[in-house]
Amino acid sequence: MQFPLMPVQASTISGEVDHLLYFLLAVAVFFIVVIFAAIFYFAIRYRRRSDAELPEPVHGSVPLEILWSVIPFGLTMVMFTWGASLYFRMNRPPDNAVQIYAVGKQWMWKLQHMEGQREINELHVPVGRPIKLTMTSEDVIHSFYVPAFRVKQDVLPGRYSTIWFQPTKPGKYHLFCAEYCGTKHSGMTGWIYVMEPQEYQAWLGGGAAAGSLADNGQKLFQDLACANCHKLDGTGRGPNLAGQFGRTIQLSSGGTVAFNEDYIRESVLQPAAKVVSGYQAIMPTFQGLVTEEGLVQLVEYIKSLTPASGSTPPGGSGVTPPPDKQAPNQRQTQPSVGTSTPGNR
Amino acid sequence: MITAVAEEKEHYLNASYGLKSWLLTKDHKRIGLLYLATITFFFFIGGAFATLIRLELLTPQGDLVSAETYNKLFTMHGVVMVFFFLIPSIPAVMGNFFLPMMIGARDLAFPRLNLLSWYLLVIGGLFAIFAMVAGGVDTGWTFYTPYSTTYSNTWVIATALGIFVAGFSSILTGLNFIVTVHRMRAPGMTWFRMPLFVWANYATAIIQVLGTPVLAVTIMLLFCERVFHIGLFDPALGGDPVLFQHLFWFYSHPAVYIMVLPGMGVISELIAVFSRKAVFGYAFVAFSSVAIAVLGFLVWGHHLFVSGQSLYAGMVFSFLSYFVAIPSAIKVFNWTATLYKGSISYATPMLYAFGFIGLFTIGGLTGLFVACLGIDVHVTDTYFVVAHFHYIMVGGTLMAYLGGLHYWWPKMTGRMYPEGWAKISALVIFLGFNLTFFPQFILGYLGMPRRYHVYPDEFQVLHVLSTAGASVLAVGYLMPMVYFIWSLKYGKVASANPWKAPGLEWQTASPPPVHNFDVMPVVRNEAYDFSTTVGEAVEVG
Repeated sequence: MQFPLMPVQASTISGEVDHLLYFLLAVAVFFIVVIFAAIFYFAIRYRRRSDAELPEPVHGSVPLEILWSVIPFGLTMVMFTWGASLYFRMNRPPDNAVQIYAVGKQWMWKLQHMEGQREINELHVPVGRPIKLTMTSEDVIHSFYVPAFRVKQDVLPGRYSTIWFQPTKPGKYHLFCAEYCGTKHSGMTGWIYVMEPQEYQAWLGGGAAAGSLADNGQKLFQDLACANCHKLDGTGRGPNLAGQFGRTIQLSSGGTVAFNEDYIRESVLQPAAKVVSGYQAIMPTFQGLVTEEGLVQLVEYIKSLTPASGSTPPGGSGVTPPPDKQAPNQRQTQPSVGTSTPGNR
Repeated sequence: MITAVAEEKEHYLNASYGLKSWLLTKDHKRIGLLYLATITFFFFIGGAFATLIRLELLTPQGDLVSAETYNKLFTMHGVVMVFFFLIPSIPAVMGNFFLPMMIGARDLAFPRLNLLSWYLLVIGGLFAIFAMVAGGVDTGWTFYTPYSTTYSNTWVIATALGIFVAGFSSILTGLNFIVTVHRMRAPGMTWFRMPLFVWANYATAIIQVLGTPVLAVTIMLLFCERVFHIGLFDPALGGDPVLFQHLFWFYSHPAVYIMVLPGMGVISELIAVFSRKAVFGYAFVAFSSVAIAVLGFLVWGHHLFVSGQSLYAGMVFSFLSYFVAIPSAIKVFNWTATLYKGSISYATPMLYAFGFIGLFTIGGLTGLFVACLGIDVHVTDTYFVVAHFHYIMVGGTLMAYLGGLHYWWPKMTGRMYPEGWAKISALVIFLGFNLTFFPQFILGYLGMPRRYHVYPDEFQVLHVLSTAGASVLAVGYLMPMVYFIWSLKYGKVASANPWKAPGLEWQTASPPPVHNFDVMPVVRNEAYDFSTTVGEAVEVG
């Protein structure tokens, strides 16, 4: 029967989390020993010998109070700083991370690779490369938890959250849902398979993937008739989406929004929420017409759209104009792309 | 028979008889006993749920109860223990009974409101019992949305309304205590002569009055979302599920201090009385209670480190959470220092006080782990957190509650509990508790998520240890139940002040007369001045 005391370390961050744990454990054990020893010593040394005993009162000591406030405070600030810096690194995926999408639903994990492979309750990843998951939920809150990697992130309905890790050891590791999500919560588990790079390439090639995420997204973009208005030459009734990902967009309400995964998702489901400056709120909602997985494909497709080189002068797309160069209501007129390049990576 | 009754001195228990004299009583002492009976009932219901949970977890497969039933068991265990046992426990039983006596008052400021508070707890409890009997509720005691508002088809509304109603019991009790402490102190009972139990309950009352209304609002919003689909918390309706978590923890984190601060107050009394020393650093211990009450309102976001709240919010909440460590550490160090050069008795209440300090120290220090951002990402929602809060709630509050119950039992009933049995049960509870919950720290760090009905095989050894501990713990809890009841008839008759304690509650008969004191007390000494009650010169009846 297995009886481990520490979980395996299988990511770049896991050893660092354990180091921090050992520091906290050392502090905790030190204080536990001090307190327990003092209690035992005093309880025996000063045990009551007669019922008429009346000890001399001792009222306190301000220097002692200061001492035993300042020392713990100093130690907790070390814990805070160390923990916070680790937390920041845990939450900042490197730019070169392999992108994977996850959708949680009662009670399974659905995962999609960029190349189009889909998995349920299993995730295959290469060793030694940072992996970034963009996750959402179809129903309630779930939480993506891999103890061997020491990472966890709640997966929320209605928005994307991300988690990243860099596996260091090939093997098979538990994937748990860590946020209670209903009847079969404890069945919402799976496995992360960390593979050698060449093995991973073989695995990627082996599956019968029906096109990359962006290819599927492009197909959806046509099927849902998105392309009728979001024309790639900028002449449509909706804004041209090419090259917009990652930019800051002027809104007709006067504010701005970051053109990111969440904004694309929101604009498909609630088009009137944040309308691009210069456009009418005429787009219908696609709520109920497109699944979370479909949304992920659309996101990847829109991310893959790049303006044709040379056809769009800097700042000329009409979506992120410098305020002094373009009136807020000016429609964009320049043609931007002729062809999209889905899946170019 | 008639002569025997005539000879017995009149006190609050024999002053009147009959069900009506209890159900319509305005005597804070009788209301305290009504609460005692009520929460003891809920404690054993919650304990029965816990027993079933631990039995289910003996094996990795879900073979004892179904997944639905398991989810209902841990939900109802949490709801019952938090809202119907821990929150009322020490304030409503011992605060009710002893807070007025300790400051030399004849009753609480609003006796009728006090009775109403008990009825509100009972009505809230009936809602909860109805929900359990009708089929249970499976959302977890935290009621996270949108599961609780849109997806769960169990008795969410009935349970939530029960908590809503019981919340008013808590608010009104807190209000009563605040006014009593301000307005009803005996002549000479200045703020800094008050026993630390009174300070602790005063600080608790502030949280009850300021925090509990937020819970009421949150439950109402939950109700409106579930019934009318108004779109606050469910993104499908345009809401934000994390908003619920903010509102919920804005009350429920301070509620942790509603549960543990009164326990700290009890421990201050026990440590002083059973070492015959004034509590070391009285003013620091008193103000640390207030500091915990205030800081408790600023740290709720540490429950949301992996919820998707911003990194900077996480950083601020982690930083502020560490401030709670300071007043907590001050208390532990001062209790320990109080023992120095004391006259230390090993009576049962003191064993519980030792147990409390040890277990609260472990619970508090593991709080540093979960407040630490880099560690919490890994351990949140695992058994590490389960172990941590049981060390605070059970190792802390429950040990203090039992210690206080033994300490004040002679005053409440006029009878002594059997000391030998009580010592054995205190030891059994301490060992059983550690065996139950210590393995859960290791389980949690290994990655075992909480609220799991089935689990991977490699966690079984630790679960078996935990279940074995729970069996010991169950025996430990049944023992006091038996010998307390036994002592009502067969226990040694208690003197007015069996512990030679200086508190005002001990300077009157056991059990106390209806109006607490035959002569209005006048206070001339600081708290914990044993020179008046201990020594050859002092005769105690």
